[in-house]
Amino acid sequence: MSRYIIRRILQMIPVLIGVSIFVFVGMHIVPGDVATLLLGDKATPESLARLQHELGLDQPMYVQYWRFITKAVRGDFGISLRTRQPAWREVMWALPMTIELSICAIIVAIIVGIPVGVLAALRQYSLFDSLSMVAVLIGVSMPIFWTGLILLMLFGGTLHWLPIGGILDDGIILRQITGIHLLDALILGDLKAFNSALRHLILPSIALGSIPMATIARMTRSAMLEILRQDYVRTARSKGLSERLVLIRHALRNALIPVVTVIGLQLGLLLSGAVLTETVFALPGLGRLAITSLLARDYAVVQAVVIVSALMIVVINLAVDLLYAYLDPRIHYT
Amino acid sequence: MRKRVFTVLSMLVLVSLVLGACGPAATPTPAPAQPTTAPQATTAPQPTTPPPTQPPAEKTLVIAIGADATYLDPESVMNNESGFVMSCIFDGLTKYKKGTSEPGPGLAERWDISPDGKVYTFYLRKGVTFHDGTPFNADAVLKELDRVKNPDNPYYVYKQEGVHSFADFTWGIVDSYEKLDDYTVKITLKEPHAPFLASIAMVWSGIMSPAAVEKWGFDVNDHPVGTGPFKFVEWVRNDHITLEANKDYWGGAPKVDKLIFRVVPESSVRLLKLEQGEVHILADVNPDDYQRIQSNPALKLLEQPGLTINGIALIADAKPWDDVRVRQAVNYAVNKEEMNKFLYKDAAVTAATGMPPILMGYPKDLEPYPYDPEKAKQLLAEAGYPNGFKYKLLCYENPRGYNPVGIKMAVAVQEYLKEVGIELELETLEWGTFLATRRRADNKDLGMVGWSGDNGDPDNFLWEMFSTDNIPVGNTSHYSNPTLDELLRKARTVSDPAERAKLYEEACRIIHDDAPWLFINHTKHVRAIRANVEGFALNPLQMFWYMEDVELK
Repeated sequence: MSRYIIRRILQMIPVLIGVSIFVFVGMHIVPGDVATLLLGDKATPESLARLQHELGLDQPMYVQYWRFITKAVRGDFGISLRTRQPAWREVMWALPMTIELSICAIIVAIIVGIPVGVLAALRQYSLFDSLSMVAVLIGVSMPIFWTGLILLMLFGGTLHWLPIGGILDDGIILRQITGIHLLDALILGDLKAFNSALRHLILPSIALGSIPMATIARMTRSAMLEILRQDYVRTARSKGLSERLVLIRHALRNALIPVVTVIGLQLGLLLSGAVLTETVFALPGLGRLAITSLLARDYAVVQAVVIVSALMIVVINLAVDLLYAYLDPRIHYT
Repeated sequence: MRKRVFTVLSMLVLVSLVLGACGPAATPTPAPAQPTTAPQATTAPQPTTPPPTQPPAEKTLVIAIGADATYLDPESVMNNESGFVMSCIFDGLTKYKKGTSEPGPGLAERWDISPDGKVYTFYLRKGVTFHDGTPFNADAVLKELDRVKNPDNPYYVYKQEGVHSFADFTWGIVDSYEKLDDYTVKITLKEPHAPFLASIAMVWSGIMSPAAVEKWGFDVNDHPVGTGPFKFVEWVRNDHITLEANKDYWGGAPKVDKLIFRVVPESSVRLLKLEQGEVHILADVNPDDYQRIQSNPALKLLEQPGLTINGIALIADAKPWDDVRVRQAVNYAVNKEEMNKFLYKDAAVTAATGMPPILMGYPKDLEPYPYDPEKAKQLLAEAGYPNGFKYKLLCYENPRGYNPVGIKMAVAVQEYLKEVGIELELETLEWGTFLATRRRADNKDLGMVGWSGDNGDPDNFLWEMFSTDNIPVGNTSHYSNPTLDELLRKARTVSDPAERAKLYEEACRIIHDDAPWLFINHTKHVRAIRANVEGFALNPLQMFWYMEDVELK
């Protein structure tokens, strides 16, 4: 097992190098000169030339890449041109927000998705089944941007139940420890901040969670249907076990195996959904940082964001594979 | 079993937590550089200000901005959002008189200008202190200038990587600076430069506390200390910036206790927040929302003639545009009034020449080209193009300050010109590419063009965009007229306002007649506020906010 993990970790290195080349080349071949973009419509030719030289943009691309990668292995991703902060620090400010949002979204997706899937499977072809599957179809096909705005208009605007975007209410100051607001508030014992952060997270979590929620529900439903037909379920029933035990211990546990994979895959996908969610709900996370930096052609930050995201996805995939083995004793890794 | 599912879930959570937790710890920076509450990091659990749990009648005013500020050192930044925030924290030597673009007293109470227009003696305001308690005096001014002008200064702003500031523009003309006594500073210019007082009234010339520069070094970008009506409190990146009232402000204590700039990227959400009362002032308003705001009694839409110009640069040195009749023809062919009404929702006035009518020296009787397609056809025929021609127009896509509708403007122009036989082919480029392409000396394509005034001086429009010296970068129409050059050069050096006004009047007429641009309009300066916000006045310099006057009823 440990050898497997080490091998998987070593495999990450070529993946990350590939990603770094991809993002570097990508950033440099897209049209638009970074110096012109930075200086805007009021730049003089002298200041343009000076900036291009300063940024090393007058060097050949392979020189620039070498400089970038040798610094990057030391954890130095350069300085953000937009904010003049170290790019790494910018990413680390934004990352906890996205993690917090993704976890909340996936929790919403799980606590709604799995029960709906199980119930739909148990009452196949019932009204509940068809209605929930229609709802699922809508959930998958609605763009997050749209879902988010509708939720805001309804619960924030018309009904006044929840705040419209942001992390905390004005005037609440929360010291950052992990950067994950709910956790920080708990550590500090600040219930007011916790409550405020939670209220702010509800709508974005539902918006972002709507897509994995739908996928999870569908996956759970089909896995449950599949398993309920298996011999061992019939055996368990015929042994006279209570229906509840049969369902939970025998059926659900086995049905969860494919569901865990789906959850893992969805966690990776959430990053792309986070871009839109964070923009609509004014949350300062990684997705929004990526977009803002990309539009400003802020090389250093974009590169750091992409590499950190790639790292996260690789780690999540590894974690899912390990969980798989944990849930299904038949699976062995060597 | 249930335990196992729980373990699975908590493992998932844990993996992400570990990733997140290793983040801040891996940042090799000392505690004060942490993003939030940096100044009070040590005292955060017991804030020195009254805790927010018992606000007797604390008044907090919230302003929504579309993007975060980038950094808050006036000498090393030039973006709008940073400008908004800094205009509340800093004062310059001069300050625009409220509601005008005319420079008046700021940290300097008065000044003398030598007869040759090169030496400025500033008499500084006494008894002013920076927010950190440092006294404001001649030394503070000199240290600030030194940071911008002296490469040997350890905090020379250009030592920072990729710095792109306005300091070139505001202080660039300064040759030397010296202290005459504690409250008198003498600044000598390289050559007489009439727009100088207006330039140093800009946000970008705010004076920073020298003690703060010494304490923070280049990190002063995140810890701004000025003399203005509001003090910096905290900055949570990409979320909000909090300022609190400076009760000792020399211009009178502000009427609200706190000012929060909240970053809300999505414009429909910004408006929703305003409608719900979560924010009180919107910095950017989408033209499509004007009507919705005007019909809501809880909101007010404020508008004022803008310090902007918006149009299309005609390439004056390329056929067929080298013929003045062709350039005039397109000015007759486009119905600008109609565009203002339907595209700009009346938040624009038609342009007649190269600068907005609110500036000094604008000829009162100058009329924009009327919409007259017949006249346009006749001029085209006279110039030898009775059947029109085809040409390419370079466009940017997104809205800009001087043109909130973006490419829609070009599409409308295309339609009007089709009527007189000119076929425009539109090519849309990404903003950076657009700028770079349009500024190449060999570029012969027409281009969408615009400008927002920086210091409220006519020079900032006419010299930048119509002088031969600025071909091809500022003057993208490659228009060159020696008579105009002479007028503009003279107007730069004359200090007497009446005489300058006369020179600009003449310059405006020449530019109108020569029509190096298809002049379209001057978009207005628009902001939306809650109806209970009082004393918030617009002024032509959009960057400048006089928040000390604002009250929350």
